[in-house]
Amino acid sequence: MKDTLANTEKKTAYILTLPAVALVFAIILFPIFANVWISFKEVELKDIRIPEPRAKKIVKSISEDPSKIKILYKLRNSSLLQEIRDVSFQDKFPKNFEIEELDPRCEFKKYALKCKFGNWPPKYRENFQVIFKKNDGSKIDKKELKSTKPKLVGTSDNVLLNTNFTLKNFKKVLFDNEFVDLLLTTFYYTFFGTVGSIIFGILTAQMVNQKFYGRTFMRSVLLFPYVAPVVALAYTWELLLDPNSGTLNSLLINYQVIETPINLLGQKYIQINFFGFDFKLRLALTTVIMFEIWRYFPLAFLFILARLQAIPKELYEAADVDGASPFQKFFNITLPQITAVISILFMIRFIWNFNKFEDVFLLTGGASGTRTLPINVYQQGFAISDIGMGSAVSIVIVVLLLLFMFFYFKLLGKRVDEN
Amino acid sequence: MKTKNLILFTLISSFFLIFLVSIWKILATLQGLNIQHLNLQIIFIFGLLISFANLRIGSKIKIFYKSIIFSLIFVICDGYIIQKLPLWYNIGIFLILYFFVNKINKYSFENLKEEHSTQVIFFDFLTLFGILFFSFVILFPFYMMLITSFKTQISLLVNPLDFSINFGQDLKDLFKSYFVIFKTYKFGKYIVTSTIVSVGTVIITLIFAIPAAYAIARLNFFGKSFMSTSILIIYMFPAIVLVIPLYTIFSQLGLRNSIEGLLIVYTATTLPVAIYMLQGYFKSIPKELEEAAILDKLSWFGIISKIIIPLSIPAISSVALYVFMIAWNEFLFSLMFLDNPNSFTLSRAIQYLSGDAETPRQYLMAGSVIVTLPVLFIFVYFEKYLVSGLTAGSVKG
Repeated sequence: MKDTLANTEKKTAYILTLPAVALVFAIILFPIFANVWISFKEVELKDIRIPEPRAKKIVKSISEDPSKIKILYKLRNSSLLQEIRDVSFQDKFPKNFEIEELDPRCEFKKYALKCKFGNWPPKYRENFQVIFKKNDGSKIDKKELKSTKPKLVGTSDNVLLNTNFTLKNFKKVLFDNEFVDLLLTTFYYTFFGTVGSIIFGILTAQMVNQKFYGRTFMRSVLLFPYVAPVVALAYTWELLLDPNSGTLNSLLINYQVIETPINLLGQKYIQINFFGFDFKLRLALTTVIMFEIWRYFPLAFLFILARLQAIPKELYEAADVDGASPFQKFFNITLPQITAVISILFMIRFIWNFNKFEDVFLLTGGASGTRTLPINVYQQGFAISDIGMGSAVSIVIVVLLLLFMFFYFKLLGKRVDEN
Repeated sequence: MKTKNLILFTLISSFFLIFLVSIWKILATLQGLNIQHLNLQIIFIFGLLISFANLRIGSKIKIFYKSIIFSLIFVICDGYIIQKLPLWYNIGIFLILYFFVNKINKYSFENLKEEHSTQVIFFDFLTLFGILFFSFVILFPFYMMLITSFKTQISLLVNPLDFSINFGQDLKDLFKSYFVIFKTYKFGKYIVTSTIVSVGTVIITLIFAIPAAYAIARLNFFGKSFMSTSILIIYMFPAIVLVIPLYTIFSQLGLRNSIEGLLIVYTATTLPVAIYMLQGYFKSIPKELEEAAILDKLSWFGIISKIIIPLSIPAISSVALYVFMIAWNEFLFSLMFLDNPNSFTLSRAIQYLSGDAETPRQYLMAGSVIVTLPVLFIFVYFEKYLVSGLTAGSVKG
């Protein structure tokens, strides 16, 4: 009895979880494996469209003979690269129609024209023409003829399914001159974006954790950049930083801080003189990182605030009795209490910043030294239209991601052991 | 009395005053006032003098009169003698100074003698500074977005610093950008598409997630622990690595440019976090209720619909709001999958609009306002639910 109960429980559980598991498997796990497959292939964007036999139907009346009508089918192979085999054609006609001349490839039965065109090479085109007449001599209704559309069927190879593999994509990705630069840019973007947002998160959480008028309002406002759509925010920033008529540049020029506008999103380097040392700052990258920090510090804020509010008040009271200064309280009580949250946040944000695509894409499109790995996936796959290369870059991202996760869980495991 | 403390106090407070006045001056410049100099040195000297004088006077004069006197002196020097500026600007300056004097009033010579007084002062002012700084930095882009959508192309190019809006004009002219994007660029249609996609995602996600979360929370089956741990790992895989395979598969299946395609992808990407959030909540519901239901011979469907769902409305609403927000804001998949303007979502439509260099920026900003407003409205209105959703779902973003 007990056994059957456990069995029904199991069955119910599988029924309940199956739809969700199946969907996640199909849309998230399967594509990750499909990426591996595609990355070893030479596939371009134009190859993935399955070649289709197509026909455009044109109905023309014949001026000398109103009882006859000419129908022209413009046939073509939609693909410029692949052949289509065994193309068959079918079109239906109203009753009382008779065909004048029958192409040897076709037959006309039960008011349907059926043809077998055989194999079509790439770029194949043919003007296929049929003349019909009405056997009862009544007027021909052109609209009726136009309303039916021919059906064409053919078989062709799917580039994605054949078994030609190559290592070319990975060679190109890994031995590309810019690969190191790409990794470095991604790393700068990820690291400084993460650290910056955590620092701002600590500052704001510390601030909101005190009592002041309008505190709940402040908490909502601080989350605005995180909840608002990226598209809107990115374009607003672009307007704000625009060199020609952007608000920031106009303000700085108005107050005579700078003389000529700075193209914050379009300039790769800027010379900075810092205590007599000249060095080059990656300007566009810095701006993009600023946006990143601005948009994601609210998350760090939310996490750290929740942790701060859980710190027992007695700790601070005891510190007051001992005469600790505010700085001492911060460094000796607050900071140790939030290190765990910070380390989790660091890892989560690091992984997500590493994969961030939209922000950079919308702000600079990857130009002026802001090309990160995710941007490269898009550029290879859709701008250069080399799907195979794009997949290879995705694989690089997945491998690095798995490495991060591995280290993360190792560190986390250590931490648990220590406690 | 420690001289060091006195110097630090006056310095910090004058820097704070500089910051306050500068923000006001920037905002005033953006209303079309011709302010070419921030006059930081003068404000600094005033700050030093006021904070020192405030300490000197102490409580000999009532705080109310003291603030008014200081404020008036500052306003007269800054607004009338150095720069000739309109009344509303000076009223603002007056109020800022009034606020400032009230803030520094709580410090006295006795205060400064105390231990750690500089650090206390530093922290106090840092908090004040932080509140103002972050409010300004965060709200300014939103303010700019809103204002720009009400301006015209010419006025934006002639004086990019003039943020003032002429409310006297015809309402039709004021909301011209909005009329244009609805009429010429068919934004009404995009709003409908976005709403269908987001609400649809919420509904499908909940239909899939509630049973699965219930099973993980309550039932015993092989692979349960594996499933609950793998949920978050799956969630960490970013959209960008899914894009190319999904694009190729969807192209071949003819699912691109369709709402169904987007619904499938959005549901799949939000499911893991929805299940994770719901199962956590379901575990907190007392088991006894279900045991009673099992005795009444209720099926699992009955248990979920009659017991679990009514008891977990708060968790379900926060999942629903969070998923809605993700789907509404989503950009990457809509960029990849939609290239026919008839099936655009709002985000994709705005990006498409910006692709044309000729598009006036006020239209772009009007579109941005339209896509931002619903999210901000929902966020402010349902903040309690959404914040818990954000915290739980924050592995993504």
